[in-house]
Amino acid sequence: MTQWSGYFGLILQGALVTIELTLMGSVLALVMAFLAGLGRLSRFFVLRALATAYIEFFRGTSIFVQLFWAYFVLPFAGISLTPLQAGVLALGLNVGAYAAEVVRGAIKSIGREQYEACTALNLGRWQAMRHIILPQALLVMLPTFGNNAIELLKATAVVSLISLADLTFQAQVVRSQTGNTLVPFSTILVIYFVLALLISWGVRSLERRMARGLDGVRV
Amino acid sequence: MEWDWDFVRQILPTLIEGVKITILATLLGSVLAAVVGLGIALARRSPNRALSRTVGFVAEFIRGTPLLVQLYFIFYVLPDFGVLLPPLVAGVIGLGLHYGTYTAEVYRAGIDNVPRGQWEAAKACNLNATQTWTHIIIPQAIPPMIPALANYFIAMFKETPLLSAITVLELMNQAKSVANTYYRYIEPITLVGAFFLAISLFSVVLLRWLEHRYGRIER
Repeated sequence: MTQWSGYFGLILQGALVTIELTLMGSVLALVMAFLAGLGRLSRFFVLRALATAYIEFFRGTSIFVQLFWAYFVLPFAGISLTPLQAGVLALGLNVGAYAAEVVRGAIKSIGREQYEACTALNLGRWQAMRHIILPQALLVMLPTFGNNAIELLKATAVVSLISLADLTFQAQVVRSQTGNTLVPFSTILVIYFVLALLISWGVRSLERRMARGLDGVRV
Repeated sequence: MEWDWDFVRQILPTLIEGVKITILATLLGSVLAAVVGLGIALARRSPNRALSRTVGFVAEFIRGTPLLVQLYFIFYVLPDFGVLLPPLVAGVIGLGLHYGTYTAEVYRAGIDNVPRGQWEAAKACNLNATQTWTHIIIPQAIPPMIPALANYFIAMFKETPLLSAITVLELMNQAKSVANTYYRYIEPITLVGAFFLAISLFSVVLLRWLEHRYGRIER
């Protein structure tokens, strides 16, 4: 029974990989979300079409298929990715497509009068977006971004299937070495749940902080 | 490596076998999710605090952890307790439970969206609880739920490739086995992606129609 501490260490290493993947994937997803979300609202047809194609493509197939495609098919096109790179790429692009719709919805939810006020103040399109629209829209996006981040955390389990040593992978290792199934799988379920709780708690406190100056402005 | 149409023709029958299992798993999973969701939604409305809190927490837990790990749990851990399930059954249970926690929220929102006045009117007309539910509440609550439920069933369909991890021979698993036999990944994996993309694009049209027909529900 003494080797349990060693196995637990293995699971902790896996937890670090999962956290690392979640963070890097979230950053990529955030960048893609704003690029594609603003792209869909662009004046230029080409940008709108590109953004729509990206969003429909990545929402239309599951993360699992995309990951396998990135890991097994891209090498034949001369692009070899390590499992970590393939994982971050697939997770970020997939969740980014969902979050892009959140960005678009939040920006469109800002009232017409705000845009009219910007015109009245002679602000350029970029200035209006930067100083008036986005600060208000960001607050609308935040709760849904939290849900997206939790979806991303849950999706990281899939990378274990392309031999990246995350939580799920390490649980399988422990299972094959000890023959015990209940302990490793229960442990990682609890760890995933705690991580999800941390994300939703973090997003909620961020939301409170950002809403601070906006009391009375928003209903 | 080039795209080879002869190879595509050669592997297509095997992939179609996989498609059948994929569709079967989605249909069975959807039925189970609809029933489980209803159970959860009703239990959470129960006046018994212990029951509603417990079910609420369990649903939250299932929603906060990855489907893949839940599938492993059902497939690898339950046999230790004497519950030996065939892969497809384990997969359907996993899908049904996981998405049941999502459909529960749809039911909850649908029931909460029936205006208070309807409940009061039912009481004023001296209807008992069963009559109130069957004649007043459910007929008004169901139509706006339909697009949201369909949305989750489509999401479930896209997640079915995960079942390949517990050896269900659905589309993704068939594709992987052909790919490993001939060591050609481009065609099988791309075809899987194309298949899911085609179905999703079609389902987007279906969803638009459902939303137009039955209206939207706030989630």
